[in-house]
Amino acid sequence: MGATVAVNSGHDTSKGFGKPFGISYGKMMMWFFILSDALTFSGFIVAYGFSRFKFIEEWPIADEVFNHFPFLHGVDAPMYYVALMTFILIASSVTMVLAVDAGHHMKKNKVITYMFLTIIGGAIFVGSQAWEWKNFIAGGYGAVKTKSGNLLQFTDAEGHRYKMSDFVVASATDRVQHENSNGLWNVNEVALPPYAMKDVVSGFAANPNLRVRIQQLTGEGEKTVLSRAESVEALKLGVHSIEGANLKENEYGHPLFADFFFFITGFHGFHVLTGILINIIIFINVVLGTYEKRGQYEMVEKVGLYWHFVDLVWVFVFTFFYLV
Amino acid sequence: MAHEVKPIFGGLIKPKTLTGRIWMVFWLLSIVTIIEVILGIIKPGALVHNRFLGMKLLNWIFIILTVYKAYYITWAFMHMDGEKKWFRRSVVWTGVFLILYLSFIVLVEGGYIYEIMKSSFVPRVF
Repeated sequence: MGATVAVNSGHDTSKGFGKPFGISYGKMMMWFFILSDALTFSGFIVAYGFSRFKFIEEWPIADEVFNHFPFLHGVDAPMYYVALMTFILIASSVTMVLAVDAGHHMKKNKVITYMFLTIIGGAIFVGSQAWEWKNFIAGGYGAVKTKSGNLLQFTDAEGHRYKMSDFVVASATDRVQHENSNGLWNVNEVALPPYAMKDVVSGFAANPNLRVRIQQLTGEGEKTVLSRAESVEALKLGVHSIEGANLKENEYGHPLFADFFFFITGFHGFHVLTGILINIIIFINVVLGTYEKRGQYEMVEKVGLYWHFVDLVWVFVFTFFYLV
Repeated sequence: MAHEVKPIFGGLIKPKTLTGRIWMVFWLLSIVTIIEVILGIIKPGALVHNRFLGMKLLNWIFIILTVYKAYYITWAFMHMDGEKKWFRRSVVWTGVFLILYLSFIVLVEGGYIYEIMKSSFVPRVF
């Protein structure tokens, strides 16, 4: 019976106020929107998985990429900051549920407090994501790109990562970045590499403990570190140095990694941003007493559903970008 | 909306208030996240080197824990447990089925292309 009898609330559905499945149309449509949005996100994440499976060896190791924590410069802190971000988002989800719960009991002041806390939590999260992007774009270790698009990274003899800026001495050069304001207005030049290739090679030669790490995985699932002789040979194939990340290349691994990172966390961040804006609008309505006059706080519930969905998506993004 | 307080964790705990129930779910989600991060940092060898269906056991654990968290967010925070059975199924089954189908097809394809590129067509030259 349950499958076929949709109208069971005792209302006349023909007037538009009915509740099929005992749920108001507003909430039901929010659920179906969330379903379609969830499918959009899963499409993106599955596309990420496809590229990752396709370039499984060139794919970077997540805890080498995301290892920054505020005020701890140079300390290797893998994933702590994202864990904190996840915690903040879950906490803001909790305050949202508490707001919905207070709404059921028609406690206006409690709804105001909890919605305010939710908005603050969301804002902290978006700010954290911006910081995360900043670190990702700036990079840390640097790498050399070879002719065929492979990456060469640097380690010491024990296999610990070594920063390019620690051994490369930039030689004097007259070459300056072309800017539209100084030269031809209609000609653009891509950003110059941070170091000239000959400086990288001479810096590498001056430090005999340095090794080159390539992207191919060993049987242990770690990146292969070449011997000193092989490293010198491999470096001869280098074309230019890279620091940080953009949409065309990055120092971490395959270019698609950065593309997906920017796109998926960006799309999620955009959802958080719109969630905050909708929350603010509803918050103002709560403060003005709109829902008090209406006699129910269902609107808070609907925006709550959206907010929890944003949290739900983040749980998956966290897993597939930072853990797996 | 049902206002009675439902038991949680498979009926193990019966919270007294709705608010208490919400906080319990919050602590559960936080603890699961902490477990994930700890596992991600220490990477136990036995879980990294053993595979099931072509994926590391550790990654299976991460995915299962994530689905576990998603379940609690949907059921407790989004009040899916208070909705009617067939409404719940119309949302959850549709999503779960389509996502499983898409990931199966696309990920198998990705793995296949990796094998092809590795073994024949594209040599990994330096």
